[in-house]
Amino acid sequence: MANLSYLKALNRALGDEMERDPAVCVFGEDVGAAVTNVTAGLLKRFGPQRVLDTPISEQAFTGFATGAALAGARPLVEFQIPALLFLAFEQIANQAHKYSLMTGGQARVPVTYLVPNSGSREGWAVQHADHPYSLFAHVGVKTVVPATPTDAYGLLVTALRDDDPVVVFAPAGALGRREDVDLATLTPVPLGIGRVHRSGEDVTVVAIGHLVHDALAVADEVADHISVEVFDPRTLHPFDWDGLAASLERTGRLVVLDDSNRSCGIGAEILATAAEGMRLIAPPQRVTRPDGAVLPYARDLGLALQPTRDQLRTAFARLDLKQKERVP
Amino acid sequence: MADPAELYRVVRLIRRFEERAVELVRSGVIVGGIHPYIGQEAIAAGVCAALRTDDLIASTHRGHGHVLAKGADPARMLAELAGRTTGFNRGRGGSMHAADLRLGVLGANAIVGAAVPIAAGAAWAARQAGSDRVAVAFFGDGAVNQGVVLETFNLAALWRVPVVFVCENNGFATTMRTEAAVAGSITGRAAAFGIPARTADGMDPEAVLDVATEAVLRARVGEGPTLIECTTYRFDAHHTWEHTARPRYRTEAEVAAGRSRDPLDVQGRRISERLRAQIDARIEDVLAEAVRFACESPHPDPADAARYLYADGTRARAGAS
Repeated sequence: MANLSYLKALNRALGDEMERDPAVCVFGEDVGAAVTNVTAGLLKRFGPQRVLDTPISEQAFTGFATGAALAGARPLVEFQIPALLFLAFEQIANQAHKYSLMTGGQARVPVTYLVPNSGSREGWAVQHADHPYSLFAHVGVKTVVPATPTDAYGLLVTALRDDDPVVVFAPAGALGRREDVDLATLTPVPLGIGRVHRSGEDVTVVAIGHLVHDALAVADEVADHISVEVFDPRTLHPFDWDGLAASLERTGRLVVLDDSNRSCGIGAEILATAAEGMRLIAPPQRVTRPDGAVLPYARDLGLALQPTRDQLRTAFARLDLKQKERVP
Repeated sequence: MADPAELYRVVRLIRRFEERAVELVRSGVIVGGIHPYIGQEAIAAGVCAALRTDDLIASTHRGHGHVLAKGADPARMLAELAGRTTGFNRGRGGSMHAADLRLGVLGANAIVGAAVPIAAGAAWAARQAGSDRVAVAFFGDGAVNQGVVLETFNLAALWRVPVVFVCENNGFATTMRTEAAVAGSITGRAAAFGIPARTADGMDPEAVLDVATEAVLRARVGEGPTLIECTTYRFDAHHTWEHTARPRYRTEAEVAAGRSRDPLDVQGRRISERLRAQIDARIEDVLAEAVRFACESPHPDPADAARYLYADGTRARAGAS
């Protein structure tokens, strides 16, 4: 049994895939020195031809990875800061993502974009605090947000083996997670399959990324009077709608805990889809960042704009647990 | 040295392909128009003649000439422009993306300069895989002010990537004159990154071929990238919408002067009249057949509109239930 950290899980997944498949290579800033720790030891192990420290040219090295993928490589591109995805949005959303369709299926672009420290890191403020996973799900890029070390391992392996571009967000709030695991049991996790971390009967909390752990903590607190099911979609696109529907069949109540901005965030999509055709006996709720949130620096200001456990408790307090069927 | 007749054939094929395509735009078979390559054919012909069949190219919104010069079947190319299932991209790409990827074409790209890092990355990966293949990035003078292009120059020089940057300077970025858009010079941009730069007469296929041959060899033996600036003139519109919108950004006299040197004549004079007539006649037959093929090919089924979005066949949810 090993005590596996989330970061070590990412490092292990990448190292295992590089070992297994010589086409896997890494592009990114400071990946040689491994400032995010994801690439720790990989330069020494695989050499500078497969672990490429890039100049600060996000657009070029992201486009470069597309070309490398077209010619047979399977690059992982690391972005140290989530907002760098905005610089490279053209290269990901408008190029890599569109290649398969615009060539009529002639081309595939197997690139994985990894964002360790996505979302807010305390004190990094405004331009280092975005969590734009909904943006990628919206344009249709495969989008993954693992919550735990084993899922981080399994989903990154799957992303690297996938023949389409995949963005993997590793939330800053989850990087400190550790898990006791038998390393031999680590295994790929398919995209588009959610995970029920805790079964319950009264309400389904769909929690994304690091917020899964907040949902589990609050579920524990309220366990004596509310039975909470915590559903972690793990992949936002494709989304496990069947898994969500099955959970709502059991509970009929829905709260989404989502670190996106409120308008057009994935939480909005989950509520809309549930409202369109899943079992709901109460109005669905969501806890998100505000509309168009920009996170200020001062600690309390930054925290004030992110979803909190208190907000989840408030959402639970609104539930009428005596109501067993939908009021017409 | 490539056969002068072969260079002429490619120039003529592209010219007549584009002229037939413009007719099909006018008759409504091709919707959305095209960016005609007319006037610039010597560049595609000369550069691609310097390449092996397994070498790579990345093309632009004005890309028909590059793809044809790399050996694409004009019938399937025209079918793509007409949005038919028999097109290279099964009707999913159209004029700005039409490309046969089996010929080492890394796609044609509608965003100015976007293909430049893609070509460089592919060249890098080809070398990584142990081959000595070379990639060419085609782009226009409009692309030399795109940050991603300059970033790619830096990466390619640092890593000695086997890529050749071919800038087709036709004098205009849509309607903006090169001198109004480019501070410094195009070759000076390469020099800043330690990349050798050459200029070529973009109206002469043999002149382009000479310069391209040297650059391709340099890339192939591991000496890194070269920039080639080919000076040329776009005889026709930036895009066929100009045929009706008629924006005024160059005078008739200027266009006439620009057209006075025609790559068809430059190369045509190097072969006999008889051979030239034979080549012309053969191309007319090929294109007549291509037009017939395109027009008679089936349109794609709207039920399949979202197909090919994902390589693994993942189907996205429909927009209505």
